[in-house]
Amino acid sequence: MNFSDYDPEDFYDEWFVRQGEPRPEVAVLVERINQLPPGELQQRQQAAQAVLMQMGVTFQVYSDSAQKERIWPFDVIPRVVTAQEWHFLERGLKQRIQALNLFLQDIYHDQKIIKDGIIPAEVIHSSAGYLPACQGLDPPGGVWCHITGSDLVRDRQGNWWVLEDNLRVPSGVSYVLENRRVMKNTFPKVFRMLDICPTDDYPGHLLETLLNLAPPYLDHPCVVVLTPGVYNSAYFEHSFLAQQMGVELVEGRDLIVVDGYVQMRTTRGLKRVDVIYRRVDDVFLDPQVFNPHSLLGIPGIMEVYRAGRVALANAPGTGVADDKVVYAYVPEMIRYYLDAEPLLQNVPTYLCWRAADREYVLKHLDELVVKSAHEAGGYGMLMGQSATPAERESFAAKIQQFPRNFIAQPTLSLSRVPTIVGDHFEGRHVDLRPYILHAQEIYVHPGGLTRVALQKGSLVVNSSQGGGSKDTWVLAG
Amino acid sequence: MLSRVANSVYWLNRYIERAENVARFVDVNLHLILDLPDQSMAQWEPLVVVTGDLALFQEKYGSPTQEQVIQFLTFDDHYPNSIVSCLYTARENARSVREIISSEMWQEVNSFYWLVQRAAEHSQEVDLNQFFQEVKLASHRFAGVMDATMSHNEAWHFGQMGRLLERADKTTRIVDVKYYVLLPSVQDVGTTLDEIQWIALLKSASAYEMYRKRGRHLITPRQVAEFLILDREFPRSVQFCLRQMQHSLYRITGTEWNHWNMGVERSLGRLCADLEYMTIDEMIQQGLHEFLDHLQQEFNRLDDAIFKTFFAVNLDPVRHGVS
Repeated sequence: MNFSDYDPEDFYDEWFVRQGEPRPEVAVLVERINQLPPGELQQRQQAAQAVLMQMGVTFQVYSDSAQKERIWPFDVIPRVVTAQEWHFLERGLKQRIQALNLFLQDIYHDQKIIKDGIIPAEVIHSSAGYLPACQGLDPPGGVWCHITGSDLVRDRQGNWWVLEDNLRVPSGVSYVLENRRVMKNTFPKVFRMLDICPTDDYPGHLLETLLNLAPPYLDHPCVVVLTPGVYNSAYFEHSFLAQQMGVELVEGRDLIVVDGYVQMRTTRGLKRVDVIYRRVDDVFLDPQVFNPHSLLGIPGIMEVYRAGRVALANAPGTGVADDKVVYAYVPEMIRYYLDAEPLLQNVPTYLCWRAADREYVLKHLDELVVKSAHEAGGYGMLMGQSATPAERESFAAKIQQFPRNFIAQPTLSLSRVPTIVGDHFEGRHVDLRPYILHAQEIYVHPGGLTRVALQKGSLVVNSSQGGGSKDTWVLAG
Repeated sequence: MLSRVANSVYWLNRYIERAENVARFVDVNLHLILDLPDQSMAQWEPLVVVTGDLALFQEKYGSPTQEQVIQFLTFDDHYPNSIVSCLYTARENARSVREIISSEMWQEVNSFYWLVQRAAEHSQEVDLNQFFQEVKLASHRFAGVMDATMSHNEAWHFGQMGRLLERADKTTRIVDVKYYVLLPSVQDVGTTLDEIQWIALLKSASAYEMYRKRGRHLITPRQVAEFLILDREFPRSVQFCLRQMQHSLYRITGTEWNHWNMGVERSLGRLCADLEYMTIDEMIQQGLHEFLDHLQQEFNRLDDAIFKTFFAVNLDPVRHGVS
């Protein structure tokens, strides 16, 4: 199996400038793979998948008859990012997160950005992620979004775009670490040949970020990870991160508010908790304040949080910035709060609540991607080019009925990376989700999760929609 | 540590141990049958009787045949104590405490689970003798990996308690199998067949060689029962399991040895003392089956006391930082 027949076609290919001409950063890899004996690469691919299965890096697929466990498909051909490209992304992401954090602090306090006419008040107030209960909250250090996982894509020309920011509970970082572990076993020699930024230190950075939230007078703050439970699709990750950080993994039922503090039930009675990395959505956190039917939350926790007696990461209320309508204003936020031009561009976005935009969207449904403002994970989405006329009609009706709930973007021809398909390579579209930690400083973890649309021609990379993953190699230098 | 976590580690170990012992039960019967002069004498009902789930079995299968009993105890995913179900539950418990146990332990549970799943999917073609052997080995591997890769901390001791209590309970049931198998053929007592059956029984508890090494040349019911219930050195004997369990309990509570602060310490201590000072003849006098039944009830009470003391909601606040 080699690259001699590999055709990058009319896309930006992360490995090849054109057929037979690899990019300089992967030339050594191409050479090495071309030299492997026939069948060797497939064998290594299968071995890598077997390791993931044995490690239980699986997710559940619920079909009507039986529930089955699968590993998230993993392709051993990595995505490679040069040091120079990475440096650019790092600066762009830092700028973006800084502005988003200032926006959150502002929106839950004075709302200057509304008063100054940059963002209409109704956009914020109609956002499902905007939580009036968080008005006036002061998270430690003024930081709201401690952990962010922005989704980036490249177009046909190789330009980078931000697709969404994911400031609530972004998942996937455990795959970054596990994929790397498997890759080191799969291609040990290549790791010696290339200078690849390590990923192992993520849990250490995460723990530091969380410890940073505890009051400074505590010698041994108690940090926990809060999970919805074993049936959550990201449970593996919650457990993995708690294990790697050496902290307790708790469920809502393990916690209780007693004497004005959040405490956990232990075999020796109650123990106070100081910092919670919560992987439970905002509205399930506290049935007394948000969704009264939530069984995942802890009654009274928001009161303790408001009193500054427990820290939450991310802060409740960050979801307002995940709203895809609010997303459209991020470049404006950067100009407004930082007085700078955005380094990373937003994908041009049509907001259906604006009459002119809506009219354009309805006319061009067959070439746009329409997204629901509040959904994530590839749900509530219309890929105009490949949709049936009936699907387009049904979306058109929804857009007219609830214009605030929809945005539309041009269909981007995402960049591609060679991927093993049977006994040869084919280009498959990818995106990239780097992880950004905001403690006192902002830290961008080198690499991130590369998701790949395994179906030929597909642009949807979500695991629930037939996506897989690849290791991401950021070259040092 | 979290009560929920302690509870899960405890049950993770109980279920792994349970799967192993079910394999032992069924395996010994398969071997016994091979030695029978007449295959029609084969008995499968006693196996279901000693599990305590006869009613459940009859409801679903009617009268017991070899295939049905093996299916029930091994592969029936609706029966909560079948090997398949034990592994499913063990794995779910392990999944909920993955960050507490070592990665190696998780991998063992996971491989064990897939071993059993694969067998269940092809239950018609499975070589049962080999399968039960693999189940026993997988359980030993898990215990060994746990011993060698996990700190012997509070969670580990909860795991030990679960495993030892389960093992003690199942050893009483293994002894009880023989009691039931014997019933319809009292005239066989003391015959070669009887001795073969007792040897099979010892083997099912992996006790045959150790029994011989204790210098007991004869295989008598009295001495086999004594060995499996009262031996101080054999790791599957009831007495040994309870002693080890007591050790783990005191490591968890931090109570001084030979003292007791809470009910569960007292119950376990009293049970240990009973076994310490009782002779096998006294047990046989009051009826071995009745005595084993009494032990099993004591084990249930112990399990309940552990639950109430450590796992159930506990609202007494303790000071922060005190471990």
